[in-house]
Amino acid sequence: MSMVPQTARARFCHHRAALVSAVVLALMLALCLLSLAWSVPGMNAQHLQQTRHPPSAEHPLGTDDLGRSLLWRTLYGGAISLSLGLLAAAIAVGIGTAYGAVAGYVGGRCDELMMRIVDVLYALPSLLLMMLFTVSIGACLETWRILDSEWSRFVVLVLAIGGVSWLTMARVIRGQVLSLREQPFIEAARALGIPVWRILLRHTLPNLVGPIVVFGTLTVPQAILQESFLSFLGVGVQPPQATWGSLAADGVRALNPIRFDWWLVVFPCTALSITLLALNFVGDGLRDAFEARGER
Amino acid sequence: MLRFILQRLLTFPLLLLVIYGSAVLLIMATPGEGLESGDKELPPEVLEQKRIAYNYDQPWWQRYFWTWPKRLVWDRDLPTHQYEDWTVVEIMASALPVSLQLGLLSLGIAVLLGIGGGTIAVAFRGRWLEHITVAMCLIGISLPTFVIGAILLIVVALWLGAVPVGGWGRPAQAILPAITLALPYAAYIARLTRSALLDAYAEDYIRTARAKGLSETRVLLDHALRNALLPVLSYLGPAAAAIFTGSFIVEKIFTIPGMGTHVVESINNRDQSLILATVIVYAVLLASFNLLVDLLYGLVDPRIRVGAKHA
Repeated sequence: MSMVPQTARARFCHHRAALVSAVVLALMLALCLLSLAWSVPGMNAQHLQQTRHPPSAEHPLGTDDLGRSLLWRTLYGGAISLSLGLLAAAIAVGIGTAYGAVAGYVGGRCDELMMRIVDVLYALPSLLLMMLFTVSIGACLETWRILDSEWSRFVVLVLAIGGVSWLTMARVIRGQVLSLREQPFIEAARALGIPVWRILLRHTLPNLVGPIVVFGTLTVPQAILQESFLSFLGVGVQPPQATWGSLAADGVRALNPIRFDWWLVVFPCTALSITLLALNFVGDGLRDAFEARGER
Repeated sequence: MLRFILQRLLTFPLLLLVIYGSAVLLIMATPGEGLESGDKELPPEVLEQKRIAYNYDQPWWQRYFWTWPKRLVWDRDLPTHQYEDWTVVEIMASALPVSLQLGLLSLGIAVLLGIGGGTIAVAFRGRWLEHITVAMCLIGISLPTFVIGAILLIVVALWLGAVPVGGWGRPAQAILPAITLALPYAAYIARLTRSALLDAYAEDYIRTARAKGLSETRVLLDHALRNALLPVLSYLGPAAAAIFTGSFIVEKIFTIPGMGTHVVESINNRDQSLILATVIVYAVLLASFNLLVDLLYGLVDPRIRVGAKHA
């Protein structure tokens, strides 16, 4: 089993959908981030004479209730959605890897107990947990007056979504560490008297890059999607800020058979769907690249 | 097998206790008792009376681990914090059956659509029917439920007038919400089924089956599918969990009087008694569902029955 980076890269490039998705994703990310200079002032500029206008030359993606240009709102929302997804996934990966690695390496009763806890959390609906977390973390920040700004909501959401999404990661990493632990080179490290944390950090972690990258990538779209659900239920980002999810949720709320303002839903949703699909494809491609299962 | 069941049954109450304990912990981390709700300030005497009515005069461990569970399960008179005239049990009794029906219906649809779709995709490899199924799956995983629901609602219910717009009680009212709720999971199950079937096709027993002269249909349905169902089965537990919570959103779109509204409101208003009750209800529901899936797993795959200890 040779895990030379070149072959993994070659396998990823062979997965054509993943390759195209990676390009799409890079473009989307560049577009959202580079346009921030215009989208930050543009997203809240109200044109009250032109509320809910369909797409036109002046506002290519139409305007919302307050006459705000949906183009800037979608671009800005993308930047927030993507950064929220990435940060939440980073937290999930961090917790999941540390938890799974410790459980797998220590093993025995400790492993049993730690995995039972994961089972317990699995038995709770994640959306319910996220809402509970969002409200309790938010209330804590409020009472102790930590981070008293419009970003506090964003931080709360990142913490809540990241703090709930690490379960799968922990299971996968534990499984990997469980089999790594029996490998001769870990045994050699242990025989040399290297402390446990160093074995985990220097000898085990580099061998976990594959699953970490794969599941990290697959956690990002999940986190973005969960945020859109939270937005729809009214516990998402606070109004001056926007994400693709909150824009879509606002658009859906504004829809009715008499005024079918499709552009309010279609544009944020298209951006959201393209990104989620691309992330899923990239994740699949990475999995194939790292797993190296002969036939495929 | 019997030992496995017993083991799972015995750990069940412990599991519930741990879940309940974690919920209590989360609630205690949230400041406020949920009694001061409303715009106007309550007179101190009234607040004091309310606190006594909800046992806030007791120490927390007595309140959360003795008085409330007792009032909830035994006396059934624990009121919710937001509506004092309603007990938690009454609210659950009215909302839970609705959510259960919706969830089970959706789960059924998701399994049928998913396994059907995955099988069709494999049976028609390389033809347009496969591409259509794959495209449907992609839409299912990349659009938020509330968007799919809203589009279905407007097109099918409002423009075509084929089914009622919202509400609950008649079978026609259940069609759209159940489909909306099922679609993302159907998409995932279809993907699982498809890749498991493709994996199965690489196995020797498929070659044996073909060598015996079985028709391609029988090879697919009798031999490949049976083994491909295992990953689907193990996904049913998480899928059920996600469907029962996903129902919050669908219930909101289609104005269904299920658990969703109560869950969202109770959390937003810090309605402690209702939050704890919903957490318990969901935990019991999902834990028993997982147990059921484990048992089914043993029935489908004889290897697991033997190696239950190691699984």
